[in-house]
Amino acid sequence: MTDFTKLALSEARDGLKKGDFSARELTEAHLKAMQDAAELNCFIVETEDQARDMADKADHMIKAGTATGMTGIPVAIKDLFCTKGVHSCSSSHILNGFKPGYESTVTANLWKDGAVMLGKTNMDEFAMGSSNETSYYGPVKNPWRAEGEEKDYVPGGSSGGSVAAVAADIALAATGTDTGGSIRQPASFTGLVGLKPTYGRCSRWGMIAFASSLDQAGPVTKTVRDAAIMLESMAGYDAKDSTAVDVPVPNYEASLTGDIRGMKIGIPNEYRMDGMSDEIETLWQQGIQWLKDAGAEIVDISLPHTKYALPTYYIVAPAEASSNLARYDGVKYGLRVEGDSLDDMYKNTRAEGFGAEVKRRILIGTYVLSAGYYDAYYLKAQRIRTLIAQDFARAYEKVDAILTPTAPSAAFAMGEKSDDPIAMYLNDVFTVPASLAGLPAISVPAGLSTEKLPLGLQVIGKAFDEETVLKVGAVVEEAAAFSAKPKIWWGVK
Amino acid sequence: MTKYIQGATGDWEIVVGLEVHAQVISESKLFSGASTKYGAEPNSQVSFVCSAMPGMLPVINEECVRQAIRTGLAMGCQINLRSVFDRKNYFYADLPQGYQISQFKDPIVGEGEIVVDLEDGSTKAIGVERLHLEQDAGKSMHDQHPDMTYVDLNRSGVALMEIVSKPDMRSAEEAGAYFRKIRSIVRYAGTCDGNMDQGSMRADVNVSVRRPGEELGTRTETKNVNSIRFVMQVIEHEANRQVGILEDGGTIDQETRLFDPSTGTTRSMRSKEEAHDYRYFPDPDLLPLEFTQTFVDGLALHMPEMPDTKKARFMEDLHISDYNAAVLVAEKENADYFEAVLEALCAKTSKPAKDLATQVSNWVTGDFFGALKKLGKTVSDSPVSVTDGAELLALQVDGTISGRIAKDVFELMLSEGKSPEVIVEEKGLKQVSDTGAIEAMIDEILSGNADKVEEYRGGKDKLFGFFVGQVMKKTQGKANPQVVNQLLRAKLDG
Amino acid sequence: MSVDKNIVAKIANLARIKVGEDELAPLVGELNNILDWVEQLSEVDTDGVAPMTSVVEVNLPRREDQVSDGGYRDELLANAPTSEHGFFAVPKVIE
Repeated sequence: MTDFTKLALSEARDGLKKGDFSARELTEAHLKAMQDAAELNCFIVETEDQARDMADKADHMIKAGTATGMTGIPVAIKDLFCTKGVHSCSSSHILNGFKPGYESTVTANLWKDGAVMLGKTNMDEFAMGSSNETSYYGPVKNPWRAEGEEKDYVPGGSSGGSVAAVAADIALAATGTDTGGSIRQPASFTGLVGLKPTYGRCSRWGMIAFASSLDQAGPVTKTVRDAAIMLESMAGYDAKDSTAVDVPVPNYEASLTGDIRGMKIGIPNEYRMDGMSDEIETLWQQGIQWLKDAGAEIVDISLPHTKYALPTYYIVAPAEASSNLARYDGVKYGLRVEGDSLDDMYKNTRAEGFGAEVKRRILIGTYVLSAGYYDAYYLKAQRIRTLIAQDFARAYEKVDAILTPTAPSAAFAMGEKSDDPIAMYLNDVFTVPASLAGLPAISVPAGLSTEKLPLGLQVIGKAFDEETVLKVGAVVEEAAAFSAKPKIWWGVK
Repeated sequence: MTKYIQGATGDWEIVVGLEVHAQVISESKLFSGASTKYGAEPNSQVSFVCSAMPGMLPVINEECVRQAIRTGLAMGCQINLRSVFDRKNYFYADLPQGYQISQFKDPIVGEGEIVVDLEDGSTKAIGVERLHLEQDAGKSMHDQHPDMTYVDLNRSGVALMEIVSKPDMRSAEEAGAYFRKIRSIVRYAGTCDGNMDQGSMRADVNVSVRRPGEELGTRTETKNVNSIRFVMQVIEHEANRQVGILEDGGTIDQETRLFDPSTGTTRSMRSKEEAHDYRYFPDPDLLPLEFTQTFVDGLALHMPEMPDTKKARFMEDLHISDYNAAVLVAEKENADYFEAVLEALCAKTSKPAKDLATQVSNWVTGDFFGALKKLGKTVSDSPVSVTDGAELLALQVDGTISGRIAKDVFELMLSEGKSPEVIVEEKGLKQVSDTGAIEAMIDEILSGNADKVEEYRGGKDKLFGFFVGQVMKKTQGKANPQVVNQLLRAKLDG
Repeated sequence: MSVDKNIVAKIANLARIKVGEDELAPLVGELNNILDWVEQLSEVDTDGVAPMTSVVEVNLPRREDQVSDGGYRDELLANAPTSEHGFFAVPKVIE
């Protein structure tokens, strides 16, 4: 009897089409897995009844011959997506009890294609974090543990719940969001594929905003093929989002030809950083060799402003966030803490409703936009952002894609970096530049660290060239043949 | 002639700038698809977007863009082909997003100039700094509950045009004339209805004083003044208040004030210094707004006729006087009423417009406006319809009634609400033009006043009026005056 | 550039977040750490470089002027902590 939870998304799709099993069976297996893995704290809300209804609908679609790649696939949805009538709080206490009367465009696309929602996943509060330790609902535990240890490890963030759910075989796939690396880094920490599409590829309508010019929705999956299938469903133009770009959505799966002969792959020397561990360097070299073996041409490139990307991000993102989060004021929805006056009510509500990291970023953001500092900080950062984008544009005159490590280390133990915000920010050093430039990037599991924790490699592409990103990613995936799975140590709770 | 305030220590010059907020005429809001109709049930014209629900995003309304451009064209301002939307960040109950989407450094419309007519017959050019598009806020009601403020977001997100003048005004009169002219322009352009009672138009009044020739003084801003009269009162009050303080050796605080119509005074709002740091930055949910000169030219081609053009046409094509033309074009609805009555009259009498225009303009600017003023009405709620006005004039043109009788008929139209033809019928006011009948009456009167006839023929010319009066009395005023004159002359002189 | 307790208190007020006296000192430290770290951006020569306005070259999309939304007050108020007679309700503001 098939263990449905061990299937890849593409295998489940094929099995459903052939009639080997029903969508309902598939969903039931995953609902049970969800119950059995409660200890990981992946989910804030479980939507069992809804899942069953959706699975039944999917079975109808399959019978009617209208099934798509996502029909009947049980997925986990990051809490940041507004799902109609279902808790949507971006893991924050300030949105306590909020149930939107509308569905985000990205999730609406998935439901239209017949996917099944298992529940809403835990995440860093308002997507601000790289370890899922800032959630109001408690941290998420990485299903992966270092060899021989019983310590809890972080799954990465901010899409910690989404990656943990897929890595623990609770969901066949999950939606994540990536602002500075929040899909790619946690995917790398959990041995999964995580894709951040080009900015404007997916609609942001109905996504609880963190940093408007950076946020992007993307898939978290077990294989590159799965990511291609899921992206095709999630992506698409939306007139309700003024920053969405009207470009047709191709059949992404069709680009997985495995043939990258003659392709030019850039290796940016500035990504070789001081203090970078040997095993990361080794893995990167290994990746370069894989691509060479597959017929690609390796080109050394320079992205001179790389080292300024992180501090640039930590000005731009908090600035936008400080404004985006001003609507959480206790008036229209969510938490309200009373006060003697309107201002008092605002101050009490926001003090109690926001966690420490969110407050820190709102304060930094407010400061860098304030009178006298705007030019020196925000304007300066936006100019440097242009320079970073220009670095990439220049590189892409010579190469088709870029290969880098995804994260500077494997997953770390819980609590290890939570005292030092900057140490935490450094997790995103390789992922942030592509975010600032709005370029598509994928993380593919490539190896294991000495402690037997997953490590990923990142492929960055040109704007709206997710096809190349997926194609090259698939070649890395094939060569790496990463088949390790976390040993099950978790239970009901 | 500059008007100074005479202080104890010398003269003070008043400096005024106005920021006019004009609600754009459009079906839906600036960045959301909710309706803009006035007077709806609270929160019934609010979408998830304009109530700032999580994850909501703005999409700009193309008509609002066009309306802003039209207004800029109507004011003769520079149109900026590229402009940027910025977020103005502050917290208030009627501002659901915690920021207002506005335009800071790069507005859609740039500099221009408005020429206003002053009472002494002179004109003055007042500079316009810019016009930008921004969202209106919702409405807070503080008097519905003892310890709660109620918030209605219907107005939240409605498109506003903020028209900023240069500080070129030097008196309450100039500011009143400028505000009136702006209102007239936007009504002509069809971009704002200028209805201050409903809040579609209001002004923030910036007032400062200085010694003539010196640097600008510290100004205060009095917000949300919603009538021309109030704007003038604010200036009078503020300028004098500031002069009083300065003469006593004090200084003016740069602050925001509110006008209280019941006392005609301004008072300081609770200190909002921190609120001045709005942390403007370009809205990352929107791209810069760009359009071509061709697009602008296309809009210019289809603009409604502006007051200055209309006035020239009235004078050249319709041959009406400068004075009448100026009075008629001052308000679009007045000019429209005049033209509608003229058109109806031409149809009724089959005479060309230029032959009738002066008579119509005299009646509209004279008796008609006089009646409106007395009744406290405007053209939009006029008690006399276009049809009735045209009918009244037609009856004079075809000689059915005289001008004198017409005045009586008009009074009866106002008091009884009936049409002129009905009134003339019912009251039997038809002019008697039958020469035979009038001749007979004249004979009667002349024979009954033989002595006066002698005196007249003897040289007392003034007695002619007496005879006219007698005929009129005998015919209850209905005798056609021209016929009476003609026949009397013939009988008396001939 | 660095902040002190006064500046942090001012920023917290602008952001409408209540920060207790005892929280101010640690916050000053944390914020200064971050500000020191981002200070390196001043080394970059950005003369003549335009600030980034959008990732891809596109025009601002415009929408037709039609009433296409609104009219669902109950849904709107469903999540409100306090609402009365169809209004959102907040502590009274005295102007």
